[in-house]
Amino acid sequence: MKLEVKRLSFSYSHKKVLDDLTFSVEKGVFVSVLGPNGAGKSTLFRCILKFNSGWTGAVLVDGADTKTLSQKEMARRIAFIPQIHRPTFGFTVLDTVLMGTSRQLGAFSMPKRKQIELSYEAMERIGVAHLAHRDFDRLSGGEQQLVLTARAVAQQADILIMDEPTSALDYGNQFRVLEQVRALADEGRTVLLSTHNPQHAVSFADRVLALAEGRIAALGDAGEVLTPALMRRLYGIGAGFAETDFGRVIVPEAAARR
Amino acid sequence: MTLQKHPAEGRRSPELRICAMLLLLAGLFFASFALGRYGVPLPEVARILWSRAAAPLQALLDRMNFPLSLVPARTWTDNMEIAVVNVRLPRILLACMVGCALSAAGTAYQCVFQNPMAAPDILGASSGACFGAALAILLGRGGAGVTASAFLFSLSTVALVYGIGLRAAGRQAVSILLAGVMVSSLFSAGTSYLKLVADPSSELPEITYWLMGSLSGTKLRDVGFALPPMLAGLVPLLLLRWRMNLLALDEEAKSMGVSVGRLRLIVILCATVLTAASVSVSGMIGWVGLVVPHLCRKLVGNDCRCLLPAAMLLGAAFLLLADGCARNLIATEIPIGILTAFIGAPFFILLMTRKEELL
Repeated sequence: MKLEVKRLSFSYSHKKVLDDLTFSVEKGVFVSVLGPNGAGKSTLFRCILKFNSGWTGAVLVDGADTKTLSQKEMARRIAFIPQIHRPTFGFTVLDTVLMGTSRQLGAFSMPKRKQIELSYEAMERIGVAHLAHRDFDRLSGGEQQLVLTARAVAQQADILIMDEPTSALDYGNQFRVLEQVRALADEGRTVLLSTHNPQHAVSFADRVLALAEGRIAALGDAGEVLTPALMRRLYGIGAGFAETDFGRVIVPEAAARR
Repeated sequence: MTLQKHPAEGRRSPELRICAMLLLLAGLFFASFALGRYGVPLPEVARILWSRAAAPLQALLDRMNFPLSLVPARTWTDNMEIAVVNVRLPRILLACMVGCALSAAGTAYQCVFQNPMAAPDILGASSGACFGAALAILLGRGGAGVTASAFLFSLSTVALVYGIGLRAAGRQAVSILLAGVMVSSLFSAGTSYLKLVADPSSELPEITYWLMGSLSGTKLRDVGFALPPMLAGLVPLLLLRWRMNLLALDEEAKSMGVSVGRLRLIVILCATVLTAASVSVSGMIGWVGLVVPHLCRKLVGNDCRCLLPAAMLLGAAFLLLADGCARNLIATEIPIGILTAFIGAPFFILLMTRKEELL
């Protein structure tokens, strides 16, 4: 599905957090959202998901204004994958993934065979089906993030919004998650994923949306937009780029001063 | 594709355990009739109960001149029948209902606030009820008036808490919780003041006794009073028990198409009605609503589909057992609220300190 954001602005008590953002994402495109802390990445997601209210502008999903969509209609279109956090009362992995199918169920109904099968399909798709009967809170961070991704797959929405899914993961797990996200985009899902590591954007994303102080600092192909100038603007550090057999690599300038 | 439903990590089938709880409750229910200072042998209990249950059917058969006698020959004394039907039956029924309602309310509040310390009194339903009861006693109202006043004050207290919580800035669940603590302590102070001005020879003991919680002297009228609100609270919770799981996700549940705010309100409302109904007929009976849900979490897991029915059954069994002790342990009756604390607190400590999976 196509996602369009038009003239989106949002303020937290007089402080403008998002300032007149306009961009659109085509179906099946993986967009990496970059920006320093406080640039408005999470707030942008929260406005798109309608977690925040009181923003101005419009968000269109395949032409439909999200302001006119009900919660269920939203859930059919957009799935949210949060950062992992420890639940107070943990559920099994199967139950966690089953929750993603809630939009198919009436308030009084329990998940049935269809939803269970859907959840197993999603877990197999992401490669966590063998964990189905384990307790979610006893998994490693990487496994937990994959399970949350499976939950979003079980939700069967075409747009995935992921808020820093890799920030709590070790090096290997970061890329295990990103590999799955890349595959989901290749299947035709639209992905918006925020990250603090520009290398993730270069290696896995199609496009980069860079935010700085609530405005769009850059928007375009991941290969073209990420430049030393942008790195300095976003993060205040110099960086070099090197082409390798595995694609472009970003090295911070500080490494050269050693 | 494997579609076995549960057996999670060394945990035995929750469904099987719920069946075991049902058997336990049935056993305790039946045995409770035989216990008491006036001993009635179990076979007699069975015959008395059966004769009462079969009476309407027998009347129908007689009218149709059907030659079949369902009612057993009378082998028991009138006193036995009075003890079983008039004294013990209402009390046993009410113990089951209150235990069931308080555990369900505790489970529901824990789900709403994602807080393991949440118990039925967390939003002030109990302290409101106590204030209402003390006020009614002070105004010279008898049994039904005290019950009604406790029930109404309980509901209005939580309504006040919810109203304050919604107005507060910040995360809704946390604000409601904080408002609950504040308003609760306000009403506790109010109750203390009422005790201070109460007549120490008549009203004060009555208030104090009421606050301790007791099921003694339960009439069928109390059962009748508590039943409708308890059903009104339990049925929606049972129907919503899968949805209640999603309260754990807070905002994330919104992105899955669930109206979290509305769901939270409904669950709080049900849990509050359950607490209000329980407290107004039995006084403050603590610990049931905290200990039983936690025990059930260890036994059947956190999925409300199993947790809620398990908590209801085990809560009923627990209070039945506690009430059995209350009326049989020593010659004078111990208020059940004291007993549940005596059993509950050490048991809770045991639960907390045991790292291993229970059973």
